[in-house]
Amino acid sequence: MARINNLQDLNKRREQGIASLFPSKIKVMVGEATCGLATGAGLVHNALAEEIEKQKLDIILSKTGCIGMCYREPLVDVMEPNRPRLTYSRLTPKNVPAFLNQILEGNHKSKKPYCRIDEDILIINGETKRYLNGDLPDDLAAIPLMSDIDFYEKQFKIATRNCGYIDPDNIDEYIARGGYFTLHKALSTMQTEEIIKAGLRGRGGGGFPTGYKWQSCREAHGEVKYVICNGDEGDPGAYMDRSVMEGDPHSVIEGMIIGAYAIGAHEGYIYVRDEYPFAVNALSLAISQARECGLLGENILDSGFSFDIQIGKGAGAFVCGESTALMASLEGRAGEPRAKYVHTVEHGLKDRPTNLNNVETWANVPVIVGRGSEWFSEIGIENNAGTKVFSLVGNIRNVGLIEVPMGITLQEIIYNIGGGIPKGKQFKAVQTGGPSGGCIPKEMLDLPVSFDELSKAGSMMGSGGMIVMDETSCMVDVARYFLEFLEGESCGKCVPCREGVRRMRQILDDICAGRGREGDVELLESMSEAIKDGSLCALGGSAPNPVLSTIKSFRDEYNAHIQDKKCPAGVCTELIHSD
Amino acid sequence: MINLVIDNKEIQAEEGSTILKAAQSNGIEIPTLCYHDEITASGSCRLCSVEIKKGERTRIVASCIYQVEEDLVVNTQSDRVMNVRRLVLQLLMARCPESEVIRELAEKLGVEPQKRFQLDEDKGKCILCRQCVEVCEQVVGVSAIGFLNRGADKSVGTPFMEPSGVCIGCGACAYVCPTGHIKMEESENGKERVIWGKTFEMVACKVCGRYFAPQEQLEYIGKKTGVPLDKLYTCVNCR
Repeated sequence: MARINNLQDLNKRREQGIASLFPSKIKVMVGEATCGLATGAGLVHNALAEEIEKQKLDIILSKTGCIGMCYREPLVDVMEPNRPRLTYSRLTPKNVPAFLNQILEGNHKSKKPYCRIDEDILIINGETKRYLNGDLPDDLAAIPLMSDIDFYEKQFKIATRNCGYIDPDNIDEYIARGGYFTLHKALSTMQTEEIIKAGLRGRGGGGFPTGYKWQSCREAHGEVKYVICNGDEGDPGAYMDRSVMEGDPHSVIEGMIIGAYAIGAHEGYIYVRDEYPFAVNALSLAISQARECGLLGENILDSGFSFDIQIGKGAGAFVCGESTALMASLEGRAGEPRAKYVHTVEHGLKDRPTNLNNVETWANVPVIVGRGSEWFSEIGIENNAGTKVFSLVGNIRNVGLIEVPMGITLQEIIYNIGGGIPKGKQFKAVQTGGPSGGCIPKEMLDLPVSFDELSKAGSMMGSGGMIVMDETSCMVDVARYFLEFLEGESCGKCVPCREGVRRMRQILDDICAGRGREGDVELLESMSEAIKDGSLCALGGSAPNPVLSTIKSFRDEYNAHIQDKKCPAGVCTELIHSD
Repeated sequence: MINLVIDNKEIQAEEGSTILKAAQSNGIEIPTLCYHDEITASGSCRLCSVEIKKGERTRIVASCIYQVEEDLVVNTQSDRVMNVRRLVLQLLMARCPESEVIRELAEKLGVEPQKRFQLDEDKGKCILCRQCVEVCEQVVGVSAIGFLNRGADKSVGTPFMEPSGVCIGCGACAYVCPTGHIKMEESENGKERVIWGKTFEMVACKVCGRYFAPQEQLEYIGKKTGVPLDKLYTCVNCR
């Protein structure tokens, strides 16, 4: 791979990438992120490869990341010159021979397209590239535009802009969609103040103003500084970061190079949880490609700035998503947090100034620096600029990965984007913020999604996991589930978390088994305050949240379990009688 | 010097000192369990929690690790602090019901056991204060013991709970353990000492004949200090 030294080189690669994204022959692209593979996309890919080989077809077979429509996977897209890009859903290996035939014959006899894309609008620079040239063919008139279907209509993709559009292993395709041009702009004209002005708040759960963090790190005392990407994503049900790392690893890399340049760091780490092998592979390949092109290493794009990235892997500990525990793990020590009275931007990894940001935060950086802070702050709402990626899961029709502007309501997410509750069931609650968050009842569905609003409602934005629950969920059991999770993940260093969370879990076990006592709820509330106040880190500090939020919004269910020994949702098996 | 207020008393403290140190130097008692002067504070027991106010914001912090700041206002007895203190001791009483030290401390601070917590039977008297591990690493310098497992299963021991190749049998861990959980046993004749599953041959003093230290400990001290071994074979009383 040739070295990219300047804008001219970058443009040359862009041309190559455009030829790959808009090929002159038929291209078939399979969605092969973890979500796709889990539904059989790998088998579909193999069947396609076999059939193409068997029939000696002149078709390009490629792959892409998670476009978000996980509920319709396996997804296969077909591109033909001058025609709209067509998305086919729920393909199986058995469908493949007939599917390839219909492409060659030019009809929809065996599978109708689910939706189409006529033009590709690049969010990073406002450019438009067209798949369709000329009039829309008659046979596609009834096929809706992807941007018009309910699932996508209210979405706005910044962090996940390339997921489902590029082959993550192809750096030219990343460049063709605007990648690394922002880096060039930043290195040659220093636009990094845009991050500070843009008001980006951390997307990993902390919600801290990213710009201030960068500034503090830049001003911290010390020659050697580090930037870290937190790819530990541990919240059950959350897979936003996984999709970005798998589907668009270069967006993270480019973000980190820009950030490192702004801060004055020359070494970066991406810490990925061990349970994400595909993400590790995608990132490793992307890093080695970036190095080959000279976008990582010495004298990047002839700027004099040098920077490189290493991957660090987790080993199965949720607590290592906490910044100081993560840094301990990177240092080879056991993943235990320390109190953050001294900030990690001053004393972090190896005691040096360290700027840690989440995957989604880094993926936003090239767009914000590229388009400018004013553009970014027009998206979203006051104090909550931009978009947020959510994994919309649970009892919802359209399960998948979505990216929406801040300020959209939960109602819109669940009923418009999500398609509502399946199987004729009723909405009961939506859980946000993972084990640190809370359950929001139907009375609060018109809540606009933002850091501040969700916290005011007794939950939090968190990393973006959004679990929808219908009447078959028992809210006491939900609280118990999260406590059990945290009990297993507690590092064990401090008493309130190590001992307190398990005692709360034991009380909830009792309640769910019909052994609840009068005063249990009050005891849980009092313990919650002490655990929130007394814990050393946010794992313990936020552990009581699911309990407190379910007590607040679903007190009647606690009462039913404790006083009547009944589980209204019919979940707690020891309380189910056949009356 | 930094000016701060602790329990309505105006205090002056050296920059870099902790709230705990500043309080102790001014006759204000804050209870501790995991704190030890000779090791870096871990802030893990949370018993020393205090409520601080900086500008408009109040929060609970561990006083053993929070450094003093100008105009900080500290309350060591607020409701929130007492709630934390109470829970910590109730949790430890449930974890180590056999520990008289914890029971007595709870009594002294007016904390009753929480009957709703099931008593553990498998933790002995270990409250995971971490002092043994830190002393072995920071004071003695051999790191013979460390932590096994995570969460409530966390425990202290040698790697794989096998007799340690580096333990010198000095007993510093047992000495510093606040609850007496760590067992160090000497044979009746004093010739042997057993700790962490390893048996040590004790050395008899050249002068008085008393068995006083393990061979490994004297060798280690000799190596670290450069004092010749035969000088170390005389016990402290006889030197």
